[in-house]
Amino acid sequence: MTTAAIAQPVNQASDNAAGLLTSVTQIARRVLLKFIRSPQLVVVGTLQGAMFLLIFRYVFGGAITTPGIDYVNFVVPGFIATGVLFNAMYSAVGMAEDLEAGLIARLRSLPIPRSAVLVGRALADTGIQVWGLVITIAIGFAVGFRLHDTLPAALEAAALIVLFGIVFEWLFLLMGMIAGSPQASQGFALLIFPLTFVSSAYVPVASMPAWLQGFAENQPVTVMVNAVRTLTEGAPAEALVGHPASYFVVRSLIWSLALIAIFAPLAVAKYRRG
Amino acid sequence: MLEITPTVEAMGVSKRFGATKALDGLDFTMRPGQVTAVLGPNGAGKTTFVNLLATLLRADAGTLRVCGADVRRDPAAVRRMVALAGQFAAVEPAMTGRENVEMVARLFGQSRRDARRNAAEVLEHIGLTEAADRTVRGYSGGMRRRLDLGASLVGRPRLLLLDEPTTGLDPRSRNELWDVIRSLVHRGTDVLLTTQYLDEADHLASHVVIIDHGRAVASGAPRELKRLVGRTVVEVHVREASDLERVAATLGAISDSDPYIDVPARSVRAGLDADTNRVFAALRPLDDTGIVIDEVAVRAPTLDEAFLTLTGNPQEDVA
Repeated sequence: MTTAAIAQPVNQASDNAAGLLTSVTQIARRVLLKFIRSPQLVVVGTLQGAMFLLIFRYVFGGAITTPGIDYVNFVVPGFIATGVLFNAMYSAVGMAEDLEAGLIARLRSLPIPRSAVLVGRALADTGIQVWGLVITIAIGFAVGFRLHDTLPAALEAAALIVLFGIVFEWLFLLMGMIAGSPQASQGFALLIFPLTFVSSAYVPVASMPAWLQGFAENQPVTVMVNAVRTLTEGAPAEALVGHPASYFVVRSLIWSLALIAIFAPLAVAKYRRG
Repeated sequence: MLEITPTVEAMGVSKRFGATKALDGLDFTMRPGQVTAVLGPNGAGKTTFVNLLATLLRADAGTLRVCGADVRRDPAAVRRMVALAGQFAAVEPAMTGRENVEMVARLFGQSRRDARRNAAEVLEHIGLTEAADRTVRGYSGGMRRRLDLGASLVGRPRLLLLDEPTTGLDPRSRNELWDVIRSLVHRGTDVLLTTQYLDEADHLASHVVIIDHGRAVASGAPRELKRLVGRTVVEVHVREASDLERVAATLGAISDSDPYIDVPARSVRAGLDADTNRVFAALRPLDDTGIVIDEVAVRAPTLDEAFLTLTGNPQEDVA
């Protein structure tokens, strides 16, 4: 320890604060560094996604009939779209970890815009989402998935998936804050299962009992999955799910806006209250 | 007379959580240029008070100012002046020590170059220059706590809030942290620390506020607080616990307050205000009683005893 002089405290308090852009960048950078430097998160997350995709493709796939379209072309868009929910779980756990470790308390005591912490994290988590997306798409192609529509349509699908990721980000940030601990937020995240499995992601909704079809047909995940599926697979997919791509794209956009309009303000309010 | 703006000014500050009153009309003034310790048992309201000052909580009633800025009306100004280091080392384990400190510097609005320079200075000051480029995952508990403190310092706060800074540290790490804390005041940062360790307050603070049940029950220099017990303490250890009452009655004759009987230690303790001559007179009646006395001590009071006198809590509750 030395007695080297450290800078004198500033008296002009107004200088002592960061703007929104700097704050958001610094917080996003931290979340990304943590992800990159935690190999277990990267490897386990990737392996888990790959394993489930392989199981559906090669184990369950043979027993599931998808008239007019190969099962691999049916299920890979489902996997890509629901992948954002599984990846968003990381946001809930990460947020809860930061709360528990006192990092959020430190950030809240700093002279930065209050929205910066959540926006920075949502931004970084979206980056992590894109990484997961790229991996899932690569595995999808490796096991036989092919595009049967135009490239612009596929890019539109990719953009929609990123949007869905941002949407669920806010829901999961809120869950992480409500849960308060990483373990509890993993429990909350079990909500993912009814949303993803009772949807058109892995099996055609028509194969479910009638009472379940009502929910499965109208819940947001089905609409989002079908938007991605019809944009990447074209006419055969549209015939199977009963509506053209535009029908699902419009509905998935409405769902996205509605979910963001509900959960982003709730998350910000929860963060402010502490 | 020249008016000096207090670093912290609390008037009737109250905060409840459900049915629990964490703070119940706390009055408190902290003058600039010193380390002030807020001392109290668990649940006394110490952490709540720090969280109010750090703008993490809002008070239900009362006025709270930091360097003249009202915490409720102008929290943004308060956040620019205070820094918080908590009971947990709030640093990112996946980042290096340097990255952690630079991040906080940037969040205080410093340019990249300033952040780099100030972070290097702070790391030197807290003795982490050599470990600066290792990830915090490999740091010891003491190193993490020092880094947490360093991250708080890099924003050059006027007021540093330390919530139980040494809880859970081994004695060597604790002493290292104390050295850093002591050096801060010379550089113009006032320190408010909460602690449940009386010797910590005694070592570090020039001003101590004792709080209990959400109120300030006493404040002053450690020396003044100890004097509340008396100038001198007489402590008599006996062989047989059954003799304690008789010894207490004897010592009671020379003490202004009731002697304190510590049954497990088989001792009686009494505070004296007057000179020590009375001690010998008071102990003389014990000569003929046949009570076996193991040890008699005449000494200065400790802060523990002051605390006990003020809060009525046995020492065990404090730990």
